[in-house]
Amino acid sequence: MLFTKNKKYNSIIGKGEALSAIGFLSPTLIIFGTFILFPVIFSFYLSFQKWNSFSWSGSFIGLENYIRMFQSEEFWLVLKNTAIYTIGTVPLNMIISLLVAYGLNKKLAGKKFLRTLFFAPVVVSPVAAALIWRWLYDPNFGLVNYTLGIFGVSPINWLNDPNAAMFALIGMGVWKTFGYNMVLFAAGLNAIPDSYYEAATLDGAGAWSKFWHITIPLLSPTTFFILVMSMIGSFQVFDIVYILTSGGPLGSTKVLVFYVYEYAFKFNGEMGYASAISYFLFAILFILTMAQIKFLKTKVLG
Amino acid sequence: MIKKNKIYEGISSILIHVVMYALAIATIMPFVWMLLTSVKDMSDIFVYPPKWLPTNFRFRNYVDAFEAAPFGRFYLNSFLVSATVTIGQLITCSMAAYAFARLKFRGRDLLFYIFLGTMMIPANVTMIPTYMVLSWLGWIDSLNSLIVPGLASAFGTFLLRQFFMTIPRELEEAAFIDGASRIQVLVKVIIPLAKPALATLAIFTFMGVFNDFIWALICINSEELKTVQLGLATFRDKYLTQWDLLMAGSVTATLPILIVFFIAQKYFIQGITLSGMKE
Repeated sequence: MLFTKNKKYNSIIGKGEALSAIGFLSPTLIIFGTFILFPVIFSFYLSFQKWNSFSWSGSFIGLENYIRMFQSEEFWLVLKNTAIYTIGTVPLNMIISLLVAYGLNKKLAGKKFLRTLFFAPVVVSPVAAALIWRWLYDPNFGLVNYTLGIFGVSPINWLNDPNAAMFALIGMGVWKTFGYNMVLFAAGLNAIPDSYYEAATLDGAGAWSKFWHITIPLLSPTTFFILVMSMIGSFQVFDIVYILTSGGPLGSTKVLVFYVYEYAFKFNGEMGYASAISYFLFAILFILTMAQIKFLKTKVLG
Repeated sequence: MIKKNKIYEGISSILIHVVMYALAIATIMPFVWMLLTSVKDMSDIFVYPPKWLPTNFRFRNYVDAFEAAPFGRFYLNSFLVSATVTIGQLITCSMAAYAFARLKFRGRDLLFYIFLGTMMIPANVTMIPTYMVLSWLGWIDSLNSLIVPGLASAFGTFLLRQFFMTIPRELEEAAFIDGASRIQVLVKVIIPLAKPALATLAIFTFMGVFNDFIWALICINSEELKTVQLGLATFRDKYLTQWDLLMAGSVTATLPILIVFFIAQKYFIQGITLSGMKE
């Protein structure tokens, strides 16, 4: 009985499976081919072209776009800003999200409610969130300066002072994204067996020593994953920069994607040069991704 | 000894509660402040020290905001785009996921790895050529430019494929014996069983598309085609410090997503946890 059932099943399933596969996959393949695969290749081609978006034609100029990029002072400033944003956001974000996840893992009244609140900034639109923060950062009537004032800090012109704007951006960036990492850390913490902690308690280990010697090492795959994903994310920050500072003041918050946007779409229409910058960004993200894959492989195989 | 431990535990528990609740309040404070500002009179907004509660609740700010910019229209556009992309993705991703999970064909695994690889390619990198493709298709300044590129998703395909793999084959076999085609099996057997995964994908996609800004910024020029996010951004340029209107607009743009989130929180959390385990 079982045999005939399988035979019949196999004979149906065996017929034209490749053909069905083409049918099932074609919508996805068409969209992907047009809007991902072709663009990736074409972008590479464009980066060796002088391409003007107004005349819609290009000419081959070899490495000139890349040479121009590396010789441009603005490019280095933008790269530096992006790096500062990343260095400023990622560790702070990870510390806060780990602590919050750790706290939520303890006995706590209203745990679910708290988690909801911590996660709320993640789901709202970056545009609206950045508008709220523009108001919070208002130099005269903003809540941020008011709160700092209670502790005796004199008012800061957050968004118009070149020395402060990046901090304002980092502060908002951390607020907007730590809830996401909190969820990932929480999943990682849940995966650590209780028996490890119980054994450590029997050996007389304190809370701090348990955190340091059990939680941190066992959490390291999650931590590494979050580290790389957060870096990939923060290298591409755009929306909140656009609304909060528009890259200013004096270019102090101009980041890579904003730079691409300006060259390609805002005023210059230099698609070739902007593509070269995009590819440079791609290279950075690619290296990060490879590091991620390599690490996970050694973890799994190792 | 035991007593001392109890006291220690009690103190640390209180401490954790205090810290966690303080952090939670700080986290949602911006939203509270947005809501309060959105119903304040300008004379209550520009005061120092800040006034928490408005003297009079001025709900007219919302009417003013909707009169200052066609937020109703923006909403309609955003909703249209988000809903179409979400439904489209549910269909294309289910189909592709079924092929990867169940059909045997040459090069399947290689194709699947290429798929996973595209998940790593950030949209910002392909922004320029994608814009060009859209422009060759004549879709710049049309809602098509926001809809069509989103009609397939590597993440969605992956998520559903992983879920489909957990469904026992026996359930399909019975349907095949009854003479069902593959499409029928997918629609009548697999999809009903995969509801949680589909819900997760739907919510994630909807939220992502609804909140998307950069594509609308690049592709849309006409006022009547703007999405909520783009509309809000242009609103900012026009009413720089009119915080009553700006905050009313922000509430309009955040509240629907927040409400969906509060109701369907489970699926948000699931989606993230899954994305974290995609390796």
